[in-house]
Amino acid sequence: MAQAQDIIRAAARRDIRNRWWLSSPALAIIFLAAIGPLFVVVLYSVMEKGSYGDVKYWQFSGQGWFEVLFERDMFDNTVSLADAHLSILWRSVKLAAITTVVTLILGFPTAYFIATRPRHRRDLWLFLITIPFWTNLLIRTFAIQEVFRNEGLLNVVLMKVGLIDKPIQIMFTDAAILLGMGYVYLPLMVLPLYASLEKFDFRLAEAAADLYAGGFRILSRVIVPIVRPGIIAGSILVFIPSLGSYVTPRLLGGGKSLMLGNLIELQFGQGRNWPLGAALSISLTAIVMLSLLVYVRASSKTEVRHG
Amino acid sequence: MARRYSVQRQRGFTLIALFCFVLLYLPMVTLVAYAFNAGISTSNWEGVSLRWFHAAAANERIIDATLRSLTIAPIAGLIATVAATMAALATTRTAPYPGLTFKYAFINQPLMVPEIVTAVALLVVFSQVKVWTGYSGLGYLIAAHTAFCIPFAYLPIKARLETMDLTLERAAADLYARPWMVFRRVTLPLLWPGILAGFMLAFVVSLDDVVITEFVKSAGQETLPTYMLGQLRRQATPEMNAISTVFLGLSIAVVTLFFFLSRRKD
Repeated sequence: MAQAQDIIRAAARRDIRNRWWLSSPALAIIFLAAIGPLFVVVLYSVMEKGSYGDVKYWQFSGQGWFEVLFERDMFDNTVSLADAHLSILWRSVKLAAITTVVTLILGFPTAYFIATRPRHRRDLWLFLITIPFWTNLLIRTFAIQEVFRNEGLLNVVLMKVGLIDKPIQIMFTDAAILLGMGYVYLPLMVLPLYASLEKFDFRLAEAAADLYAGGFRILSRVIVPIVRPGIIAGSILVFIPSLGSYVTPRLLGGGKSLMLGNLIELQFGQGRNWPLGAALSISLTAIVMLSLLVYVRASSKTEVRHG
Repeated sequence: MARRYSVQRQRGFTLIALFCFVLLYLPMVTLVAYAFNAGISTSNWEGVSLRWFHAAAANERIIDATLRSLTIAPIAGLIATVAATMAALATTRTAPYPGLTFKYAFINQPLMVPEIVTAVALLVVFSQVKVWTGYSGLGYLIAAHTAFCIPFAYLPIKARLETMDLTLERAAADLYARPWMVFRRVTLPLLWPGILAGFMLAFVVSLDDVVITEFVKSAGQETLPTYMLGQLRRQATPEMNAISTVFLGLSIAVVTLFFFLSRRKD
């Protein structure tokens, strides 16, 4: 008896060992070209700034982290809040949050519309959302540029109609970044919302209507509570890439309106302040991880409640 | 008697939804339209022509960048798919074992960290490696692309494995097929659609990447997206519209292919 158990246990151990061998190439590649470098960035954030835009190895300093929030005056050594960084940080969070809300307001009705079509039509509408989703982000940003440029579609049409006599400057403003991110990330909101709404039993909404609930009450008391996981998933899926957005603010903000991603690039490029850039990178990653954690918590809680 | 409530007819929602579809497609249609404009000015329509497609196809920098993109994507996609298939086999169809959660987290890490952070991290490390080794070829880009392609290739393969029937493999083993034979003759053919989907995903994701490539590339290693990024920061010529139109056509082709493949299954 004991022997049989030993054999089973040995087989299980061998199985686990084989499974480690099998997964080792993937783990090794990701370690070498993703996770490992991330640890190096953590190290760099606590080292002394070098003179040529690198770091002085193994000379530790808290300067990088200090500069995320504060700045020291060059002449009288007084410490004040780093307004430049804080305003960019604040703008990033603000723009990402507004983008999330706007895409939710537009995306929910869209997902609802698709989910309530007859089954054979649904695929076609879904297909129309999937195409922009799979189109290169750069091309979608370029497309929005074509609309908002001073000689772009919007201004040309408005001037032809005679509503304005000189182009409205939309490019290189916060509004441009906002509109661009909303456009680029809308499919990321619609798809998870649709996944939730598709499973929703719409007879519940009809039952509520029979019990004299109005349209808004049906929405807020019946539909939204049940599709909440989809709402959370969509919001997180939009918030995270918006916050770390780099291409969209670079093309639509044109170097005037920066976001966190561009500030990080600046520190590793012209700014020649790698420890600060590293500290900012870790901060951004931390915010993203925290949002993911909130998401995991929220979705597991709802599962328990409805489970 | 109140008007009858209808789930399908929420007029406000329908209006917003249709507005969204117009919103999503109007800029892309504009982009494509300008690609066929005969003139260089984007505010005047001077008739239909393929001028900018010809110009793009004759532009040596564009050809060079396209070839580089088409070198990196299949190599990175292939390595990522092989590694992801092995990893998927190692992480599915088993009772939870120590390290399983760790593996999930590790494999999905490239999806969770903002791209710009991975990009600067790779810039920092690879620039140092370049100094040490003196090698500055395409290897860095291929390594970086492979790493972020793995989670994309992993997802459909894992999904396929989880829904696969175990009995066939057991039957083969009962008939004295050696493990490798079972894998080659039973598991692999069943897994094939997942592997193909994983490879296509990885290929597209590699082809589309801008941020990581922009930071990792050495001098003269433009890929098509980084070349476009550089051009779009200035006043872009309609050549960019022509390239984007081709890219767009490719995305539509890929999505359509997936659409019909998944439909046939039902």
